[in-house]
Order: sequence, then structure tokens, then C-alpha cells
Amino acid sequence: MSQHPSYLRVFCTFARNSLVRDMTFRGNFLIEIVSSMSWVCMNLGFYILIFQNTDSIGLDTGWGKYQFFIFLSTTLLVNSLVQAFFMPNAAEFSELIRTGTLDFALLKPIDTQFLVSLQRVNWASLGNFGFALVLMGYALSKVDYVPGVLQVILYPFYLLCGVAILYSLMISLAATSVWLGRNQTLYNFWFYITNFSRYPMEIYKGPIGTPLRHAFTFIVPVLVVVNVPAQLLVKPLRPQVPGDWLLPGFTVVAAAVSLLASRWVFNRSLLGYRSASS
Amino acid sequence: MIAARVTTWWTILRICLEERLVYRGDYALGTLMRFMPIVTQIFLWTAVFAAIETTGEEPKTIAKYTLPNFIAYYLLTMISRAFSSMPGLASGIARDIRDGTVKKYLIQPIDMLGFLMLGRMAHKAVYYLVAIGPFALVFVLCRGYFESGWPDTTTMIAYVLSLLMAFLLGFFLEATIGMIGFWFLEVSSLLFVYMLFNFFFSGHMFPIDMLPGIWRDLVELLPLHYLAYFPAAVFLGKITGPDLVYGLWVQLGWVVFFMVAARVAFHFGVRRYSGFGG
Repeated sequence: MSQHPSYLRVFCTFARNSLVRDMTFRGNFLIEIVSSMSWVCMNLGFYILIFQNTDSIGLDTGWGKYQFFIFLSTTLLVNSLVQAFFMPNAAEFSELIRTGTLDFALLKPIDTQFLVSLQRVNWASLGNFGFALVLMGYALSKVDYVPGVLQVILYPFYLLCGVAILYSLMISLAATSVWLGRNQTLYNFWFYITNFSRYPMEIYKGPIGTPLRHAFTFIVPVLVVVNVPAQLLVKPLRPQVPGDWLLPGFTVVAAAVSLLASRWVFNRSLLGYRSASS
Repeated sequence: MIAARVTTWWTILRICLEERLVYRGDYALGTLMRFMPIVTQIFLWTAVFAAIETTGEEPKTIAKYTLPNFIAYYLLTMISRAFSSMPGLASGIARDIRDGTVKKYLIQPIDMLGFLMLGRMAHKAVYYLVAIGPFALVFVLCRGYFESGWPDTTTMIAYVLSLLMAFLLGFFLEATIGMIGFWFLEVSSLLFVYMLFNFFFSGHMFPIDMLPGIWRDLVELLPLHYLAYFPAAVFLGKITGPDLVYGLWVQLGWVVFFMVAARVAFHFGVRRYSGFGG
């Protein structure tokens, strides 16, 4: 018997248990998928409405209707992954701290952050993942350009970078409940911050827009989460222009730094944990 | 007799006020946060308008809204929503029914709808007291978007009336939905559907004049647009003359309809209700 648990096997068990649980309440599972998809459809309707009045978002930004649909599907892909794997767990983490049940997680012979972050998989959120793939396929068939091999390889990689950045932000926010007791406004905060990531970064310009764009790129890097992978598919990278590689390069660094920072915040929060139950 | 009743209501109102003031810090922060989505909307619409081709000297418009109109519209819907939104009202009623707390209204000489209404009024009063600072700040900063300045007295009176009725409509509409809890124990998915419709068809997301043809007629048949769109459009002078008078009467009609509906639902609901335990 090895000293360390097999993290992959533990994760598969988590995923299987969650699936079993979801399948126990099949009606609820279906309702969840349908309701989150109708939310997405309504949003799609809103953008279709916008594109009835304009040809592109921003002058000469390249975000025409179908390019923006690719952007939108990228948003959906990232968000559905975050919602499926991390959202229920981060919400639960705040509760664990508040009620003191985190004791049980600390006692288990496995990394606490791993256990807390991945315990539950919300399979219903992956419905939007499928929806996004369909939308992406449709949009790609409408643009007069086929992504190359490099794009196809790099796209999932940057999706994962985006997921890593959002995960880090989320678990750090959840961890602050050690100091704050409870955090109702925290989830609003999360919603409002990620709100900035939902549109192409080119729209943030001018005396207020430019500082905003820089703040949400370099300080809280939520703008690169969707923009970088989406740009990769829509505006092909031209390796001969070195400037084109700056932002994607930065995204990799940002993802790594975010993960490390979230690890640090998480560990600090464990040190501040006082176990409400005992 | 009447004096005793007034004293009761006054005491309830005072307790609710004090209860609300406890969370004033959370409130002020939350209010400022609520303007953050507006910031992204401003940038989005600026970018959309930038890409519209103009013909001649005419200012660019979408559905007769200029860009400053759009921004003023979004700011005004914030005020409408400050009156009409009832966070947690329907879900609270449904929860009270499920866990049996509703018993207290049945055995004590207190009318449930009246009690909840006073609670909401206290909630709103404190909210305005705290929120007036952030609201005033944002509106002074954005005064340039209100191209035609303050509306005339008649419009202003109509505006205030539509806001007050938006509060009543929001309250009785949500209360009626909450009463459905007497018939179905779990109403969360129903509430999600309501929230979805509310978000898109109240005019919170975009002015409903943007909707094409039949969609607009359908949305105008629903009471939802009186919660956000109608007051804002009145203030901006989009609805005038006979249309304005007609609109106010229809809004009043909806208020009365849901006032009666909530009473009727409560009346028949408590007959089905069975309370157990202490």
C-alpha cells in the first residue's frame, strides 16, 4: 500500500458518487439542465437582438455576429466547467467553515484543498457545455476561416488556463469566510467581477475603460479568461508579430500565479480556522 | 380599536426597521456593487453604437434610443428595480409554508400579507436611506447622459405614481407566486423561471422597444414590464399623452389583480394547509 492516495482514483470516486446522486433525482437533474439552458437561450436572444442593429461590437474589432458567438460559446465552456466542478464545492467550503464541519475534511489523509475543491461534481452544469459545443460548431461553419492545428491544440489549453484563474478567484473568495464569518455579498462580488469577463476586452477603452481593462487583466486577470482562447479561434495568431504572443504568454503566467496565490490564501485560511464545533 | 391596530402596525414597522439597520454596512457596499453591471453595459452599448453606420447628420439610434438615452435608461431601471424588486419574498413565503412557520399567522391576530408588506416597507425605507448616497453619486456623475434634463411636472407625477405602483405590483406578484407553495412543496424551479422572465421581459436587460413585432406585443401583455421598463420610459419621455394615461391605468389594473390573487390564494391555501408539531 502506497503512502499517498491516488488522487485520480479519489476524484473518479467523487465524480461517480455525484453522478449516482444526480441520477437518484432524475427529474430535478433534467429541470436543472433545461432551466440553465433556457437562461443561455435568453442571453443568446439578447445578442441576436443586438446584432440586428449592428454588424459588430465595436468598430473594426473583428467581433462580428458569428465571431461573437464563438466568444459566447467560449464563455459558456469555461463557465460550465467552473460550475460543474468548483462552484458547489466553493459554496460548501464557506458552509464547512461556518458550521465547523471542516474538522472532518482536515482529518482525512489527503490534501485538504483537493478534497474541499472537488468533492462534488455538478453534472447538470455540463448540459451547457454540450450546448456551447453545438453553438461553436454552428458559428465556426458560418465564418469564412478554418482554425489551424495550432489553434485546435492551444484552444483547450487556454480554456483550462481560464478555468484555473476563475477557480483560484473563487476558492480564495470562499476561504475569506474564515475571517468574515459568513459571506453573502461575496457571491454577488463573484458575479459582478466575472461580469467583466463576458465581453470582448476591446470594448473597454477611453479614460475609464483603459484603466479598467488593465486592472482586470493584470491585477484580477478575469478579462483574459475568455478573451484569450476566443481570440485564438477568431483572430488567428500570427507568430511573425511578436506582440501577438504577449497576451497568451501572460495568460499562462497569470494562471500559474493565480493557482499559487489561491493555494497560499487557502493555507492561510486553514491556519485561521478555529473549528466552530469543538 | 383602531388605535390598538395602529399601535400594532407601528410596533411591527419599528422592529423591522431596527432589524434592517443592523446590516447597513453590508447594504451600502452591496448598493455600490449593484452599479458594476451598468459599467459593462455602458461599454457594451458604446461599442455597439460605434459600429453603427450613420446616414447624414441624424444621430445614431437603436429603437429611437440614442446612446445617452440607453445609458440613462439603464440607470433609471436601477431606480425602478429599487422599488419593484422583492428579494426573497416568494421563496420566503414558500419556505414558511413548507417548514410550518406560517402557523404563526394563523394563530396570532396578524394578517400575513399586511405583516410582510410592513416588513418590505421597512426594508425599502432603510435601503433608500442607505442607498441614496451611492445613487446620488452615480446620477450626478452621469448627469450628462440625461440629454433633456428633468422632465416636466406632469411627467414627474406620472413617474412617481408608476414607481409606487411598481412597488405594489412587485410585492403582490411575488407574494402570489410564493402562495403556490401551498399546492407544491418545492417551488424553486418555478421561481427560477419567474426570475428568468423577469430579468429579460421587465426591461432590466434592454428596453423592450427593441423587441421586433409580435415579441413586443407579447411582452406588453405581461405585467412584468411595469416593474422596470415602464417607469424608466415614462421618465425619458418615451411614453406620453393618452399612452401614458392608459399605461398607468393598466398598471393599476395589474396591482389590483395581484392584490386580489394573493388574498384568494392565501384564503384557499390555508384550507389545504396542515401544521404539525410545535
